[in-house]
Amino acid sequence: MAELEQKQVGKKGKKKGRKKMSTRIDLTPMVDLGFLLVTFFMLTTTFSKPQTMEINMPVKPKGEVKEEEQNALKASKAFNILIGGDNKVFWYRGLPNEPIEPITASNYTADGLRKVLLARNASIPEMVVLIKPTDDANYKNVVDVLDEMNISNIKRYALVDISPQEIDLIKNL
Amino acid sequence: MPKVKVPRKSTLIDMTAMCDVAFLLLTFFMLTTQFKSDETVIVDTPSSISEIKLPDTDILNVTITREGKVFFNIDNKNFTRERLLGKISEKYPQLQFTTDEEKAFVLTGSVGVPINQLKGYLALEEVDRKMYSQPGIPVDSTNNELGIWIMQGRLSNPGVRVTVKGDQGCPWPIVKRVINTLQDKNVNKFNLITDLEADPNKLKGI
Repeated sequence: MAELEQKQVGKKGKKKGRKKMSTRIDLTPMVDLGFLLVTFFMLTTTFSKPQTMEINMPVKPKGEVKEEEQNALKASKAFNILIGGDNKVFWYRGLPNEPIEPITASNYTADGLRKVLLARNASIPEMVVLIKPTDDANYKNVVDVLDEMNISNIKRYALVDISPQEIDLIKNL
Repeated sequence: MPKVKVPRKSTLIDMTAMCDVAFLLLTFFMLTTQFKSDETVIVDTPSSISEIKLPDTDILNVTITREGKVFFNIDNKNFTRERLLGKISEKYPQLQFTTDEEKAFVLTGSVGVPINQLKGYLALEEVDRKMYSQPGIPVDSTNNELGIWIMQGRLSNPGVRVTVKGDQGCPWPIVKRVINTLQDKNVNKFNLITDLEADPNKLKGI
């Protein structure tokens, strides 16, 4: 291909002396190589860094804590979310032995838990959400509920162990 | 009548411009690329709306697989991994790591073997090590080796940030045990690694 032009240069052919060589080089193989490498790097690169969700746990109290030292949570401000197996989720307000609103089944869609959380968060001042996963719950459910806290913009929430009383509540439902 | 001469045009195209573009892109990808790290375990993380990006260094990662196996990983900034292995062998003097095993530990990714099997695991050939199915680090209350790893990891790099990367389907009691272990070691602030999900509050605005 590049030779074609060399012939044109020597068309007249009368003048003696050195042939003028074209400085043109066929760049096609170089482009091929370039794009091959581009493809390789495009496929191996990872653009998206993983996202993280920050979570703070309370400091574990050292030794025995007296009853008076613990801040008792007011029943009227407690909102409990119980996470069951098979993607089930339940909520109730108040304390296990004095519920204000009875236990209700819900789900993870926008019309389920989120609606309730937004409504209660607006009506109850200083609401505290207690998230209580049962042993059947899986990790995704817990992260989903934590995510609901971010979506509903609830600042006060805690991951708490479930009590046997509450497990009975779910069973009896 | 003379024949009409159709001038023969060269089919050559000037490739210089295309070459420029190709190498421009090549340079861009070469400089921005970060090779996918060699994952010993594959984990499908749950999604959340959180948009905090994970830094590349100063990370202590605890991975929990779907089956509930626990793996430990720490990045090797300022030779953290060398120091960590040194601390582990101080604690377990019966494990005399050779230089080759040390090298293997630095280069390998997540570790998921009980400490007493660590030497044997590191002594394997690289290919065999990748094929070997690691049993996971024990996190039982009687034999909580994860606590040792976390403590020594934090001693090796005090500025480390603890992340937990769990699979969507892994059962909660195991995650709870890992979180309890973290709390026992005074790690009360940690990050959960998640995928990105659209924030419904932002979607409303569109």
